Amino acid sequence: MPATLKAVETTSADAAPAEAQAAAHQPTATHTGAEMVVKALVDQGVEVVFGYPGGAVLPIYDALFEQNRLQHILVRHEQAAVHAAEGYARSTGKVGCVLVTSGPGATNAVTGLTDALMDSIPVVCLTGQVPTHLIGNDAFQEADTTGITRPCTKHNYLVKSVADLPRILHEAFYVASTGRPGPVVVDLPKDVLQAKGGYVEKERVVHRSYRPQTEPDPAAIARVVDLLQGARRPMIYAGGGVINAGPEACRLLTELVHLTGAPVTNTLMGLGAVPGSDPQFLGMLGMHGTYEANLAMYSCDVMLNVGARFDDRVTGRLSDFSPNSTKIHIDIDPSSINKNVMVELPVVADAEAALRAILAEWKRRSAHTDRKALDAWWQQIEAWRGRDCLRYEQKGAVIKPQYAIQRLYELTAAVEREKGIETYITTEVGQHQMWAAQYFKFERPNRWMTSGGLGTMGYGLPAAMGVQIAHPDALVVDVAGEASILMNIQEMSTLAQYELPVKVFIVNNQWMGMVRQWQELLHGGRYSQSYSASLPDFVALAAAFGAHGIRCEKPEELDDKIREMIETPEPVIFDCCVAQEENCFPMIPSGAAHYEMLLGPDDKAAKPISEEGMVLV
Amino acid sequence: MTALRNIVERRTIAVLVDNEPGVLARVIGLFSGRGYNIESLTVTEVEHEKGLSRITVVTTGTPQVLEQIKAQLDRLVPVHRVADLTQQGPNVERELALVKVAGTGDKRVEALRIAGIFDAEVVDAGLDFFIFEASHRPDKLDRFIALMKPLGMVEMSRTGVVAIARGKEGI
Repeated sequence: MPATLKAVETTSADAAPAEAQAAAHQPTATHTGAEMVVKALVDQGVEVVFGYPGGAVLPIYDALFEQNRLQHILVRHEQAAVHAAEGYARSTGKVGCVLVTSGPGATNAVTGLTDALMDSIPVVCLTGQVPTHLIGNDAFQEADTTGITRPCTKHNYLVKSVADLPRILHEAFYVASTGRPGPVVVDLPKDVLQAKGGYVEKERVVHRSYRPQTEPDPAAIARVVDLLQGARRPMIYAGGGVINAGPEACRLLTELVHLTGAPVTNTLMGLGAVPGSDPQFLGMLGMHGTYEANLAMYSCDVMLNVGARFDDRVTGRLSDFSPNSTKIHIDIDPSSINKNVMVELPVVADAEAALRAILAEWKRRSAHTDRKALDAWWQQIEAWRGRDCLRYEQKGAVIKPQYAIQRLYELTAAVEREKGIETYITTEVGQHQMWAAQYFKFERPNRWMTSGGLGTMGYGLPAAMGVQIAHPDALVVDVAGEASILMNIQEMSTLAQYELPVKVFIVNNQWMGMVRQWQELLHGGRYSQSYSASLPDFVALAAAFGAHGIRCEKPEELDDKIREMIETPEPVIFDCCVAQEENCFPMIPSGAAHYEMLLGPDDKAAKPISEEGMVLV
Repeated sequence: MTALRNIVERRTIAVLVDNEPGVLARVIGLFSGRGYNIESLTVTEVEHEKGLSRITVVTTGTPQVLEQIKAQLDRLVPVHRVADLTQQGPNVERELALVKVAGTGDKRVEALRIAGIFDAEVVDAGLDFFIFEASHRPDKLDRFIALMKPLGMVEMSRTGVVAIARGKEGI
């Protein structure tokens, strides 16, 4: 015993591996593994865990039962637990936490984990596992969880000894939240949860190898300012990395936009990074981005990418992607650089640190852009803006989906202005998602939660649940499609249990709209399996789950019914019956370039989609 | 320029990793999941006290893909260091092979004679077989094996490449 105590005293300076350190700090076996799990979560600042019990995690549920510092939200499907944690994380900037059992509990979580990986969302997912002596025996509810989740997590752990448990738990939060954030799985065999060991404080745990670079290289920053200063047609393209870097990074980005006078566009993940109403904001870019954003990307001479990853939905045909620009790419993940698009100036850094350094250098030099060139550039951009690419006509007796979403935006914005009730939007995946991205203007970051990288139908409702738990007084709306919503509709039951007043706004066109749109444009109108047949009566469905149901079929009723939805204190399912065959424009067909964008239905005849485009997704 | 960029190169990359469960699966999964090539891969613990293993991987790809491979390896959490030995400068590559050749008469004599030329050591022998141990650059080993085939080679086992940079600097 004295030897161990001595080791405790000589901690910080020695370079022994973390395991050895952790082992050295166990004066007495005071906690069971399960108790340590709860303690570590509390120490890490976790307030809410989204989970579902089962045999292998029962010891943790026992430990949860005996405390009241951690709130557990019982979901109805493990996929939803992860999406809820994602919604929680994205709307707060904290790490989302999930607890599921072994086998099916873990495999059900896989879609959520992959979603969090693709969109760089910090999530720690604790999975139960069969006892260590049964691992590999095809025991009941056994799955090779670390094997299955290895490619869909940032990192994962199988805890084989209770001595490693506190270190691994603290490391999991460190890995999930530093560098490029992502999901981390900790697989917990039942015997490890029941064994006793000594707890290790989080301050004592230092990761052996993982030290992401966050500070930019000053020489690179000087070159960034050189390039921005010399630009005649600058363009700032900002993505989810800025949101992940935090509200301060978003503020710095907006300041840089104003100082340089450059136009700015956001990716789907980056919406809210600059205020949607800012005159220098050109809207979202990419496949369903605005005409002005895409043409400005195509025509700029200096492109500053902050925290975006040149995704195929953004670039369109790579060989024609912004061919005449010098490209700067700020990213915390070195593997994002030169992955899809070769850039002239890479800056590996946290977006906030990089933006702060650029602003400091800009101000130090009292730099300014070429006013005359910039004026000409803006004249050109205003001409593109003049095309009013998001224009639509609401006429006749049927609600246009664009109109429904625009009114939803305007009425929620009014509530925010008049009553100070903050609005958070989540979405499912498809046409409604793109319309929401186009018509909502996000003035602040962390208000927009959507599945971008993975494109997970069924994301929006559980994500909204997570957002509502983090922001009990906010108005949380899941903009949904009638097909997507059915993928996690069971979570209505969770809303009822915890009295979460989430509003589900279904843009119901009775089609898997985006599939239908592609079939129309690319597959000769053969609408194979894309019709939403046998839909439930959503109003009755709402009632069945103890929620309030509203159906709206007439344009003139829309405003009143949206107001009714906003004012209802319970969860609501709003069945908004819209025009069935409306397509989402503008659209850059797959395999096409930014300048080949289709602005509306009349555009398509002129530009047939290429063979190469057909094979892309 | 485009043509140059599309030239496929061979690279030997050394990766220093934490010797923890699943680390090899992580590296291999990265290669298969992202469609990268593995020509050869060796791994063993190199520093027991520090719990470090060294993976030597020989891969091929265009320069852009090779840069991606290194960046992707480097961002794996248990990876301490990624070194592109081919790009860094002169290096030494070695591979060990055990080659079993069965036969009698002239072929047996010829096999032993060629083994001598290649500095291969006889590690086991009977009246109708030899097992040779040879350690060389992979291409030289290829030639040795090619010569042994017609002389009655029945089995062969190779370690894959290990490599180290020349000069006094460590990784």
